[in-house]
Amino acid sequence: MRSVRRATVAAALLLAGLFGIAAAQESVPPPKQEWSFGGVFGTYDLAAAQRGFQIYSEVCSNCHSMRLMYYRDLSGIGLNEAQIKAVAASVQVPVGLNDQGEPVNGPGTPASRFKSPFPNDLAARAANNGALPPDLSLIVNAREGGADYVYGILTGYQDPPENFKLQEGMNYNEYFPGHQIAMPRPLQDGQVEFAGGAPNATADEAHDVVTFLAWTSNPELVERKQMGIRAVLFLTLMTGLTYAVKRKIWAEVH
Amino acid sequence: MAGLYKSDYENPVIRWIDTRLPIFSLMQKEYGTFPTPRNFNYFWNFGALALVTLVIMMATGIFLAMNYSPNTGLAFDSVQRIMRDVNYGWLLRYTHQNGASMFFMVVYIHIFRGFYYGSYKYPRELLWMIGVVILLLMMATAFMGYVLPWGQMSYWGATVITNLFSAIPVIGQTVVTWLWGGFSVDNPTLNRFFSLHYLLPFVLFGVVFLHVVALHITGSNNPLGIEVKTPQDTLPFHPYYTIKDSVGLCVFLIVFAVFVFFVPHTLGDPNNFIPANPLQTPADIVPEWYFLPFYAILRSVPNKLGGVTLMFASILVLFVLPWLDTSPVRSARFRPLYRPFIFVLVLSLFALGAVGAHKPEGLWVVLGRVCTAYYFLHFLVILPVLGVLERPLPLPESISRPVLGPPGGGGPMPAGAAAKPMEKS
Ligand code: HEC
Ligand code: HEM
Repeated sequence: MRSVRRATVAAALLLAGLFGIAAAQESVPPPKQEWSFGGVFGTYDLAAAQRGFQIYSEVCSNCHSMRLMYYRDLSGIGLNEAQIKAVAASVQVPVGLNDQGEPVNGPGTPASRFKSPFPNDLAARAANNGALPPDLSLIVNAREGGADYVYGILTGYQDPPENFKLQEGMNYNEYFPGHQIAMPRPLQDGQVEFAGGAPNATADEAHDVVTFLAWTSNPELVERKQMGIRAVLFLTLMTGLTYAVKRKIWAEVH
Repeated sequence: MAGLYKSDYENPVIRWIDTRLPIFSLMQKEYGTFPTPRNFNYFWNFGALALVTLVIMMATGIFLAMNYSPNTGLAFDSVQRIMRDVNYGWLLRYTHQNGASMFFMVVYIHIFRGFYYGSYKYPRELLWMIGVVILLLMMATAFMGYVLPWGQMSYWGATVITNLFSAIPVIGQTVVTWLWGGFSVDNPTLNRFFSLHYLLPFVLFGVVFLHVVALHITGSNNPLGIEVKTPQDTLPFHPYYTIKDSVGLCVFLIVFAVFVFFVPHTLGDPNNFIPANPLQTPADIVPEWYFLPFYAILRSVPNKLGGVTLMFASILVLFVLPWLDTSPVRSARFRPLYRPFIFVLVLSLFALGAVGAHKPEGLWVVLGRVCTAYYFLHFLVILPVLGVLERPLPLPESISRPVLGPPGGGGPMPAGAAAKPMEKS
């Protein structure tokens, strides 16, 4: 009996040890940041998300597409109808055929998808040293570490260590797996000027654009969490009530 | 009144139906007055919870299917359309996605209950075997469902798992081509998986019905593992267990809601947010958590055919469990040796889960092999031998005795009380 129990404990310790070893081997995890959308009551900081959209438009959209986003979606970060129309109209998109049967372009509408910088993946690779800039619509969900990781990538550019062999056209990044990333450092201090004069050091810009990207990845987040709070409260109440009834019904049995 | 059933119902409409089709009498008999052991603990909630989860999966699945496109060019975007543009589509999708995990969690606990209290023993062998069929059908359904959103893990998971069949000697490759409907996982594969993913839950529902029919013939087991002897040992199912199941259901729904509303991605893989790309293999191909122990068993053997055989054997062995366990005593409460062994088995399954989540390197390989060996050792050697060597504790006279008797004799509480008789040994 005893020995069996002791064996169980030993096995548990062995397991714990193995997890420890595995954890130690993994690459540098990006540091945790404070996000407006974190936690049970989190919501998006809309001002930050709007600045993030500006950064995306001015910087990232030169290389990265956002296939899943439509201009109409921007109402989700507080743009009004006129603003959305103006943003959409600033790009040229295919609008159908003329009476000669030729495809024509025209200004975008709120129903247009975000315009992609390249017509296809091959063109995107050709313009980026052979590397494909991934679509950013879901990027925060599509990486281990989520928002912290994307923030880590944007702020993690450094000079490579002494004996690190950096390939031609690659850049050293602290948090990218393998540390060699094809994307040149996209954000610099003061690169994007915000209307209200909001701070624009690299870290601020990264923070804002990641807020925007978190929103494009999970546009339902605020509605979801608010519904969740109500659901859990309701169910907790129901649990209490049901348990009270159960106690009452079972009282005669014991 | 030749040909009509004798109904006790007063209400003329109900009576009219019941005399012709006695479903009201049937429900009353099977879920109203049905005599149920009075000493269930909360482990006995999980069957009802599994049924509720199955219904939730079917309900959300049918609405998802209204907006889903089973075509390799459209599938990923159609799921994202559900998430972004369909009213409450995110709720349907997150419920369905996390519901699969909840389903397995509930069913695994349900199975553990069976292990612990010996529910698979005479006369419930067939009931147990139908349960194993349910487990297999669930696995097939969940595997094919996971392919539908057509993300990277969908595609590569499908490729790895279907490729297992190529281990079959001689006809293996032909079988795989036949499964795929082509020469790789592609549009025909996605189409048939969608069709089968829609079908299998309904088959599952039918098998669950048989499971319940078999249960209502033998009656339920209970934490003491002794048979019902007198009417004092039982309570009518309603209201005693309808209300007790409702308590469990509320708690379960809280857990479910926390996953759906607050951490819907925790159980998933980030790679599945990347559309399937046959030209780019992800760094790690990892199945969903509920398959990890079996994946670890698969990879514990360096030979493909050996691994596949062991993986299937790990579930098939459950079919013969009623005959491998030679002890006449059901409940682990009265089996001082079996009880610790069942916990070691659970521990080794958790360890196998961890092994399945890691690259098969270094210590993980060793751990995977040791735990796989232990898994089979448990069923094939330990159980048959234990039944002979073990001296079970004296069994209580009847269910009503210990329940009515002084504290420490069991009762509708989790297994804590069972520790007492054990320490005496
Ligand atoms: C000059 C073109 C260019 C610009 C501008 C650019 N990127 Fe990139 N980005 C790339 C390329 C190329 C890659 C692929 C890198 C690789 O795979 O090595 C990439 C990769 C990424 C990744 C994925 C890293 C990973 O884990 O795979 C993220 C996130 C990202 N970019 C975000 C951004 C953001 C945010 C901006 C705007 C602030 C931006 N990028 C601007 C070219 C660009
Ligand atoms: C036994 C019950 C069921 C189980 C265990 C199950 C499991 C799953 C799983 C694991 C997924 C992948 C979720 C994801 O990662 O996105 C999925 C997707 C899907 N299932 Fe089911 N399912 C069940 C019943 C049904 C039923 C009855 C339908 C009705 C047609 C259905 C329709 C769908 C559809 C359309 C998808 C793709 C959309 C999506 O990925 O969210 N499912 N299922």
